[in-house]
Amino acid sequence: MIVAGIDVGGKNVHAIIAKNGTILAKAEAPSGIKKAEAAEQLYEEVLKQAGLKREDVARVVATGSSGQRVTFADGVIPDAAADARGVIKLIPSARTVIDVGAEEGRAIKVSPEGKVLDFAINEKCAAGTGTFVDTMARALEMPVEEMAKLSLQSTRSIPMNAQCAVFGESEVVSLIHQKMPKHDIARAVHDAIAGRISSVARIVGLEDDIVMVGGVAKNVGFVESLRRDIGAGVKVPDDPEYIGALGAAAAAAAGVLEEKVEAKVVEKEVVEEGEA
Amino acid sequence: MAKYKTKGLDCWGRAKELRMKYYQDYKEAHDRGALRWEGGAWTFDALPQALEGEVHSLTEEPYGASVGANPEVQVRYQEAAEGKWGCARDLCAYLRNYWGSIVLDEYFFGGKWPKADFIFQNHICCAHAKWLQVAAELEGGDVPFFCFDVGAGAYDKIGERQINYVVEQLYDGIEFLERATGRKVSDEKLIQNVQNTYRSACYWAKTCELNQAIPAPLDEKTMFSLYVLGTLEKSTSAIADFYEKELYPEVKDRVANKIAAVGDEQCRVLGDTQPPWGFLSIFRYLEKYGVVSIASLYTFSLIGWWEIDEQGKIVPYPTLEEQGITIKDRDQALRLLAEGELKGKLMWAPFYGAKYKNDIVTKIAKQWKCDAAILHLNRGCEGTAQHQMELKIALQNMKLPVMTFEGNMADEREFDEARTKRFMDLFLTETLGLKKVAD
Repeated sequence: MIVAGIDVGGKNVHAIIAKNGTILAKAEAPSGIKKAEAAEQLYEEVLKQAGLKREDVARVVATGSSGQRVTFADGVIPDAAADARGVIKLIPSARTVIDVGAEEGRAIKVSPEGKVLDFAINEKCAAGTGTFVDTMARALEMPVEEMAKLSLQSTRSIPMNAQCAVFGESEVVSLIHQKMPKHDIARAVHDAIAGRISSVARIVGLEDDIVMVGGVAKNVGFVESLRRDIGAGVKVPDDPEYIGALGAAAAAAAGVLEEKVEAKVVEKEVVEEGEA
Repeated sequence: MAKYKTKGLDCWGRAKELRMKYYQDYKEAHDRGALRWEGGAWTFDALPQALEGEVHSLTEEPYGASVGANPEVQVRYQEAAEGKWGCARDLCAYLRNYWGSIVLDEYFFGGKWPKADFIFQNHICCAHAKWLQVAAELEGGDVPFFCFDVGAGAYDKIGERQINYVVEQLYDGIEFLERATGRKVSDEKLIQNVQNTYRSACYWAKTCELNQAIPAPLDEKTMFSLYVLGTLEKSTSAIADFYEKELYPEVKDRVANKIAAVGDEQCRVLGDTQPPWGFLSIFRYLEKYGVVSIASLYTFSLIGWWEIDEQGKIVPYPTLEEQGITIKDRDQALRLLAEGELKGKLMWAPFYGAKYKNDIVTKIAKQWKCDAAILHLNRGCEGTAQHQMELKIALQNMKLPVMTFEGNMADEREFDEARTKRFMDLFLTETLGLKKVAD
């Protein structure tokens, strides 16, 4: 059976087409402001890559913060559920999944079957997200990839505020003015976010194997900081940014879709909202 | 076809009527030569309401919540308060709504802000300690102000010494009331008001106890609109009668006839703290999965009085009748009032440590047969949000799946409805393995 998984995140959209568990094609594009259109275009692209037409795909499942915008999907699953399914497919021994994307950092406790047992999310705060990394890289006037590698050269730890992205950025600027080496600042940034994320992960409990996914998992400097903070190994699968889409495709293959139900039979009294 | 029969409450209209009359009475009090006073939901209203003649109150938290339930108004009020002082957004959201309302000279229920004749308040938390003091200044600085301390200890530490501590202050309160208003405190009214307070507090607890039934006769969203009456004027006959003679018998009847709050009840959820008032639709969203929020320390004990029995179970606090007590004089009335409030209101307990909150809430989860918990990490009230993550661990230790979501009871700028619903989908489908029963 041919299925597709589409993950529409805050920064990028990822799409995967798979047949009987094997990936036929995958692609990534910025999700931008018009997320529905971005998903549509990327789906066309990935179909073309696989040499398929829409009617060849038995089922499409969407996920991500804007998964609901994918009008051509047969169903939508929550992003953490997609992460859990995607990770278990690649690393069956995974029990803790840490996903740091552009707009959210989350930790998920997963069952061997890929079910979400518990989760904790870094809410309403840019610190602890990929966007924070991007902002800090801009402050250091270098691409994220360069900042990631550069931070590995650092051998010292500089405490930095990651409770707030605004203060964090101002601290980076101060460190630049103090003529602190860039590799030390880069590490300070990663250490700060890692501290934030590991505290979120500790809410669900850290159980081996710990697997990190999401776009920020490609940042080698951050992963190193996270390993240091957690004091344990952190595995990163290949193409960690595609895990959500992979999990959505796995859900499509397994037929995990929201069942259509009849409208509620019993008419309930309309209770006024907000009676306090 | 739904699993259980369901229907709205027959007394629903009466509850609405009582609430609206309360706010209208406060507004029109001066037209009738009545007194107006400001206080809190936790204030011992039996005492100021015992002044001779007609007296009406405005309690601060329900007012702040009413504003909070209307996001467009609420943001304007919040910004008015913030604009005046630059006050921090982590201050009590009710307080900011209340101050903003005075600053804008707008009464949420229509017209200009109705200035109080006096303020009678108690220090239940750090915000309450200053809330109405500042309000008095905003109202011109000439509103007589009285505040008493209730930091006497958790329910299991209340003895004669603690009761005396509060009663002595209530005597000071009587002096203040008589001096500030030129009216006398009527012992006859005081005794009646204390009896009414017991009826309101004990019968609300008895009503909540009925929610142990499967299916639950009440859902928490509906309960929010019912307990509120007790936060307004629980010492009045009208409200005490509502709890004892209308609501309780009706809910008892629902249990006997298996009339459910939610016809498709398949999962019973425990809540915590005030909800985000502007977004109560999240409770209806849960119902699409047959999930019904049926219990919380906050909903049960904000006005309800309880005790822990010899078996360690939470049971409703006994009424005066059940205790065989007939109040004879002022002193006995004040002592019984202090005793009931300090011992019976389990909501005080979390202010004295996580141990209390964990103990009481895990008991509730067990006795009310909860299958899961959804905790609102409420940024709008530091008092009720205390110990929430420790509570999460305690509930998980008893194998109860727990979901948390961040928000604010009365500041919509801190609540993300779409994201919260995403978390709910995840928790309900993945962690609890539920499927939708309605679209």
